[in-house]
Amino acid sequence: MRGTNLKRWLLQNVGFGTALLLLAVLYISYNMMHPRGFSSAVAVQNANETAAIAFVAMAQTLPVLLGGLDLSVGAVMTLTSCIASHLVSGSPAQILLGMVLTLLSGTAFGLMNGLIVVYGRIQPIIATLATGAVAVGLALLVRPKPGGDVDGDLNWALTNSVFDFADTYGLADGGNAWWLRPIANVPVPVILVALIAILVWVPFRRSVTGRTVYAIGSAEGPAFMSGLPIHRAKIAAFTMGGFFAACGGLYLAIQTSSGNADIQQAGAYTLNSIAAVVLGGTSLLGGIGSAIGSIVGAMILRVISFYFRILDIDPLLQPLIEGVVLLVAVSFGAFRTLRVKNKLDLFR
Amino acid sequence: MSDAIVEYRGISKFFAGIRALENVDFACSPGSIHAILGENGAGKSTLIKIMSGVLQPDAGEIRLEGKPVTFPTPDAANRAGIVCMFQELSLIPDLSVADNISISDPPRRFGLIDSRAQIARAEDLLARVRCEDVDPRSLVRELSLSRRQMVEIAKALGRKPKVLILDEATSALTSRDVQTVYDLLAELKDEGVASLFISHRMHEVDALCDTLAVFRNGQHIETFAKGEKSEREIVHLMIGRDVEAQFPPKPPLKSPEERGKPLLKVQGLKWETKLNGVDLSVCRGEIVGLGGLDGQGQKELLLALFGALRDVDGEVTIGNRKGIPSSPAGAKSAATRMALVPEDRKTEGLMLGMPISDNLLAASYGKISRGPFIDPALARHAVEDGLKKLQIKIGSASDPVMTLSGGNQQKVVIAKWLMIDPDIILLNDPTRGIDVGTKQEIYRLMRELANEGKAILFYSSDYAELIGCCDRVSVLYGGRVVSEQEGDDITEESLVAASLNIDVEAA
Repeated sequence: MRGTNLKRWLLQNVGFGTALLLLAVLYISYNMMHPRGFSSAVAVQNANETAAIAFVAMAQTLPVLLGGLDLSVGAVMTLTSCIASHLVSGSPAQILLGMVLTLLSGTAFGLMNGLIVVYGRIQPIIATLATGAVAVGLALLVRPKPGGDVDGDLNWALTNSVFDFADTYGLADGGNAWWLRPIANVPVPVILVALIAILVWVPFRRSVTGRTVYAIGSAEGPAFMSGLPIHRAKIAAFTMGGFFAACGGLYLAIQTSSGNADIQQAGAYTLNSIAAVVLGGTSLLGGIGSAIGSIVGAMILRVISFYFRILDIDPLLQPLIEGVVLLVAVSFGAFRTLRVKNKLDLFR
Repeated sequence: MSDAIVEYRGISKFFAGIRALENVDFACSPGSIHAILGENGAGKSTLIKIMSGVLQPDAGEIRLEGKPVTFPTPDAANRAGIVCMFQELSLIPDLSVADNISISDPPRRFGLIDSRAQIARAEDLLARVRCEDVDPRSLVRELSLSRRQMVEIAKALGRKPKVLILDEATSALTSRDVQTVYDLLAELKDEGVASLFISHRMHEVDALCDTLAVFRNGQHIETFAKGEKSEREIVHLMIGRDVEAQFPPKPPLKSPEERGKPLLKVQGLKWETKLNGVDLSVCRGEIVGLGGLDGQGQKELLLALFGALRDVDGEVTIGNRKGIPSSPAGAKSAATRMALVPEDRKTEGLMLGMPISDNLLAASYGKISRGPFIDPALARHAVEDGLKKLQIKIGSASDPVMTLSGGNQQKVVIAKWLMIDPDIILLNDPTRGIDVGTKQEIYRLMRELANEGKAILFYSSDYAELIGCCDRVSVLYGGRVVSEQEGDDITEESLVAASLNIDVEAA
């Protein structure tokens, strides 16, 4: 019975399974080639570079599951990182408040996206193209020049291993605390991404609203006929997107100890988030995929860039190779059209 | 009828001024199975769409258990206990069977969907419809059409209906499943559920229902108990309307020898579940009608001939050339010279936002180009010719085609295809939703084209048109031709009877 369940799961999640396998192969061979492979230091460095894009990829997943795209996720990340660069400092209570306000601002921005899409009846792609520009504009107002003073302890604690985190806040008990030992060498960003995924994404997926998001992307007509809360689900999807993007922005601010209203960075994160979502097995037509897959997709994108460092490849080749990998990955999705029997269906 | 569970009082519904339902009074009582009969466009589906909250009536009142109600959404109707199974399935292909069965109100633990309870619930309901072979964890898209339909039934059952509406719910089922559904409906009847059953299969209606209601032209004609009327009388009730349109005179019926060799010959055409071996032929100079109720494969037949479907089996001979065109571009090429006026002009026939002239030229750019460039003078001439030939009334040829009336839009589609000077013209319900005057122009044009020696295959959901226009009619039922009629033998009775696949003479 277990065997058949596993088989079914694999068949139903071909895209995600493939992504997971690809990531495992890429990352293990990367570590074997790396002079200090399989060490906590390498893992920490890799995790730091991956966390923000992983969050932004999660943000992109929900609009894509609906069958749309959110072109504002990178901009919301940039905006929230600029907000965080002002707010996340001072006493512990102030820091905590600053973090909460940062996340709230991103969530509110996502909510606005959702309201515009649902009640303005504007396609997500164009609505978020506009709101994305607004977000970058706001970011420039908030932080005209790069800078800011994010709490230094927090920066150290969140960008190293769990042991360092515990040590910073005096919880480590010399490395002997019972809870610490099994995870002492795990990078903190890994824990953060996993926590957000487990505490926010997993419950959402198991709610009626979350299921409605999948149903809309899969077949909106039947979803409506089945009496599902379509408007609520769309608004929720964009709101959650804003929240995840804000997680990315907050992390980026803490990691760099500053904020920077970098327009190009915002655009690059948005495009990479779409690539990560697709690599992670989510269908651009909607209805199939998950935010967990997008995290895996984001990791694949980053691992590819790590190779450039250890193999000493000209970094100028990086976009070319990333493009080819993405093209090959999305080609798998095109096999669907070979099974379509009514050619008119190809245009619907 | 105070004991009615659902009651309509003076319900009317119009679409763009065209009557779909007018002043309908209708009621059904608990513990009954109510058949709803009527030909295409009689208002059956509007009736149930209003009941299930998909459409809002323009006038009138619905009462549920004696109290006036309104259903702004399908959800509201569901909550009130009215559950509808539509022809187009309401399942979400990428979700699992268990997800689908409990889609809008799943069992929950701590506010989250309890997937284990959901699977158990799905197993119970699937067992009730004797589909233990369906794994609740599989995705709906992995199931065959007949299994999906059973899942749909299980989903409807799970909503504990007071009124269950089945719209062609048995069309894709195997005979074993049909029996299961029969038993189930009988069970529900004993539990006091009112079922509304729409089917085009008379024997099913006979076997299952206790009350029959006939609709015609948006009006409720009569409701009577089963057995009160013969099949012949029922068919009469379903027809009996004024002929609105005048048809051009038909030439005398030719014998097979006079017709000559067919230009289009189809043998054993099969595609997916929709076409199950269609045989027919069309000769030069004749109009052959395709009859039958909606969805019996007529549309797919035309698309298959036009090269729009993949993996079509069977033999097609066009002139001396064997084989089905591989694409619409191939179908219209010099070898076959075929044209298709599609069912839905708005999505398949026209590029609505583009100018009238571009739409007219869309199929015949080869004729008006020199090398890779369009010759403006030739194009202008071609457009003027097309407009004149069909007497299309327009302001300017550069206006978007969507500014035209429905009738003129349809003329643009027809004119577009006449520009390639086709030998074979396939028409898919070309007069749907257009005014009587334009209809008559189209009838006249069809006859002229036939007289010029073209072969015309004409699907219409309006029997009067088939009788008035066609030299011969092939009636489709379940993806095959069940009856061929010609000349004066084409009558409303014979067409309606054939489309229900019953034999009136025998009844």
